[in-house]
Amino acid sequence: MALLEIAGASKRFGATTAVDDVSLSVERGAFYALLGPSGCGKTTLLRVIAGFETPDSGRIVIDGVDVTGLPPYARPVNMMFQSYALFPHLDVAGNIAFGLRQERMDRRRIAARVAEMLALVQMASYERRRPHELSGGQRQRVALARALAKMPKLLLLDEPLAALDRKLRAETRLELVGIQERVGTTFLVVTHDQEEALSMASCVAVMDQGRLAQTGAPAEIYERPATRFVANFVGEVNLFEGELTAGFNCLALAAAGFLEPIPLPSGAQLPEGAAAALAVRPEKLVLSDAPPIGFAIAATVSSIAYLGGGSIVHLATEQGMALKAYLPGAAAGGLGRGTPVWASWPPDAGVVLTQ
Amino acid sequence: MIGLGWTGRLLLIGVPFLWLALFFLLPLLIVVKISLAESMIGIPPYTPLLVNHDGGLELHAAMANFALIANDDLYLRAYSGSLGNAALATALCLLIGYPIAYAIARSQAGRRQLLLFLVMLPFWTSFLIRVYAWIAILEPNGLVNQSLIAVGLIAAPLPLLNNQFSVELGLVYSYLPFMILPLYGNLSRLDQCLVEAAADLGARPMQTFLGVTFPLTFPGIAAGSLLVLIPAIGEFVIPDLLGGPDTLMIGKVLWDEFFNNRDWPVAAAVAVVLIGALAVPLLAAQRFLERGHAA
Repeated sequence: MALLEIAGASKRFGATTAVDDVSLSVERGAFYALLGPSGCGKTTLLRVIAGFETPDSGRIVIDGVDVTGLPPYARPVNMMFQSYALFPHLDVAGNIAFGLRQERMDRRRIAARVAEMLALVQMASYERRRPHELSGGQRQRVALARALAKMPKLLLLDEPLAALDRKLRAETRLELVGIQERVGTTFLVVTHDQEEALSMASCVAVMDQGRLAQTGAPAEIYERPATRFVANFVGEVNLFEGELTAGFNCLALAAAGFLEPIPLPSGAQLPEGAAAALAVRPEKLVLSDAPPIGFAIAATVSSIAYLGGGSIVHLATEQGMALKAYLPGAAAGGLGRGTPVWASWPPDAGVVLTQ
Repeated sequence: MIGLGWTGRLLLIGVPFLWLALFFLLPLLIVVKISLAESMIGIPPYTPLLVNHDGGLELHAAMANFALIANDDLYLRAYSGSLGNAALATALCLLIGYPIAYAIARSQAGRRQLLLFLVMLPFWTSFLIRVYAWIAILEPNGLVNQSLIAVGLIAAPLPLLNNQFSVELGLVYSYLPFMILPLYGNLSRLDQCLVEAAADLGARPMQTFLGVTFPLTFPGIAAGSLLVLIPAIGEFVIPDLLGGPDTLMIGKVLWDEFFNNRDWPVAAAVAVVLIGALAVPLLAAQRFLERGHAA
């Protein structure tokens, strides 16, 4: 049975529906990421799970117990706040012990648990420091230790890395995964950063305007996006909008401005005439200076962005469409602004989207 | 500091400094000077501090006024009476003001302005008039007694005026806004995330209040308490209008010395001792608050 089960949860604030009929289940021990742009309702959903907001409809079940009507302090859930929300009047040890004191745990056990938590987040010598004496990264560790101290069944993390600078964020990402594996607690992370979600989570749920757009493993989300929104939001994408027509031996896409229909991957089963989009990731695009066999688009290079490990080549087609191609390593070396190229991709590299 | 030279900085600090020296320090020094003089009939009604004697200036400083204050237990009782009344009023203001400030800080943005306006509304009327109004409310055939008799709850008027009760009531009524406003400022700045974090960590509302909200509002409590305590100790109008024969407060004693006895030196000495007695806890509180800000 899943550890967290959300059934048809909705939450409205006045005229806006922050969370719209969301159902999802999180497996025990999972590192689950709720991904979406700001304002998509992911933080509201997190607050509904924590008990800070009461859903207008739907149920929240944690480990088989319906907690929908329970106040935050009665739920087996702890949260790491985006601002960390460390108590400024307590030192590091006092912050970590706060939750344990509420349980009236005896002093020696509290001290042992605090020491254990400090060791877990590698802050052992900082127990007497006040929050204002710590760096951002150190505060983040203390917040994590405080949230884990009570051994919650589910740990909620609200944008856990947003307040850190870029370099620290990448390191902390790995560390967070390591800590999750060591303690085995189920993590539910809210983030707007797709890179963060894909790299940390074992399962990702993408939210759009209060609704769940897609849930799945990171690779599934990236390789097989279910909607245009997911394809656009998670990673870079080239989207060809058009209408389905019967092609040579399979369905094709009649896109505006393109004389030839764009062939679609085999297995696309959709009625002819339906509006659809073909999504092709930039790294799937192959650039060649002579027209290859099969479908290809003639374009010229409009700019090249060098990223170190590779380059993003921006192309302009004759139809006036902008394309992005990712070339690894120094593959873009022979190209310059204005170079004419042919862009193509393996037929199965694209994904047909109707939503 | 950018664009502000040495002279600019001196000017910036110098103006308020000059203001304080001219209108605060100088009058205080004059009061100290008078407190060291002796009473006499004349204008001004005290002996000069420096006397031109045999071609040289001679210092005539008498500690007699301070000795009088130390020896006559009227002053000591007045000081302790003031302190007692003011301390009780401060405690009551805190007890009443904290929930009010809390409710205002937690209310919706639009209503908050209205509630704050209501807290400050009494200041639109003269303090003296408002204290007089209490006489009309509390006197034997005043509003309260007449209503209670009309309802049939009491047969004879209750002694509500000219006693310890009416003085306390007046003090609490008059100084409550000075407690509410700093507390409100503190509570409205309190990060709501901290309250949520406490609840998330298993603290019930009462535990959250005692463990997080209350300790984090110490600066507001200290500021509000000082704003009530200090003027309440030296209060004259309230004990004079609402107090009875048993009310002994230093502000009233000072008034009597000054206007009834026309003994300026003793009145000045009473004032100097009062300022000294207030400055010590004030400085201590200041240090406490500064430490709180650093933390």
